[in-house]
Amino acid sequence: MIFSSFPHAMPFEGLIGGLMIGVAAALLLLGLGRIAGVSGLAARATGIADGGTPRMIAVAFIFGLPMGALIISALTGGVETRFPTTVVPLIIGGLLVGFGTRLGSGCTSGHGVCGMSRLSPRSLVATAVFMVSGFVTVALMRLGGLL
Amino acid sequence: MIRLIVALLSGSLFGAGLAYSGMSDPHRVQGFLDLFGNWDPTLVFVMGGAMIPMTIAWMIQKRFEKPLADQLFYLPATTTIDRKLIMGGILFGVGWGIGGLCPGPAIADLALNPLPALAFVGAMLAGMAIQRVTS
Repeated sequence: MIFSSFPHAMPFEGLIGGLMIGVAAALLLLGLGRIAGVSGLAARATGIADGGTPRMIAVAFIFGLPMGALIISALTGGVETRFPTTVVPLIIGGLLVGFGTRLGSGCTSGHGVCGMSRLSPRSLVATAVFMVSGFVTVALMRLGGLL
Repeated sequence: MIRLIVALLSGSLFGAGLAYSGMSDPHRVQGFLDLFGNWDPTLVFVMGGAMIPMTIAWMIQKRFEKPLADQLFYLPATTTIDRKLIMGGILFGVGWGIGGLCPGPAIADLALNPLPALAFVGAMLAGMAIQRVTS
């Protein structure tokens, strides 16, 4: 599938990968009765949050993320990861993502994938807010010559 | 034990999906947020793809008394749209735009590009800890 207006887009891989993510989240919901929210599970796995999901369940899920990525990388001959070239945006971005996802009780997976498909009003609002915030942030970065 | 295997399977499939869909590439995700630049719509397809199984899963969930390998459904009961939800979303969005990374891809990238991923994940965990201490 070719998207002539967006030559860099990967609509096919995106759709298939998205289906895999959805099945993964469905497995956690129907198997263990839990929301596949990465920020919450990461906080639980590291002991930053207590209560809720048993810690070893959270650890197993979080450990799976890099494992699954590694399998795809091995099967497809490498996965592109173009990171910011300096450490500053990684540190500032990381701090804000960590603080913000805990304050807002979720991220792209919990609010985005799981909450939106449940039509949870909280998740619909949260997803709209972080999307718009992301759009504005990158627009300002572009305006400021940072991109 | 079965619960650990289910969690590991779910996490692995989730990470595989992130890597296959291009979402483990911060530049591509930032490209989705870059409406006034070289916009990359891939994330729309990923989100749309993920919605399909999850919409079905929620329909099935309503008919289940309990999950297949656990005692009950542990679902968020909060319904209030408050200041914390909005402020959290704003701050997360700013960080997402700056780095091109949200928690799932950042953790998956620990296997694909360990050094920069570790810098981001380290800062992210620090941000989570700061939030806990200050709340």
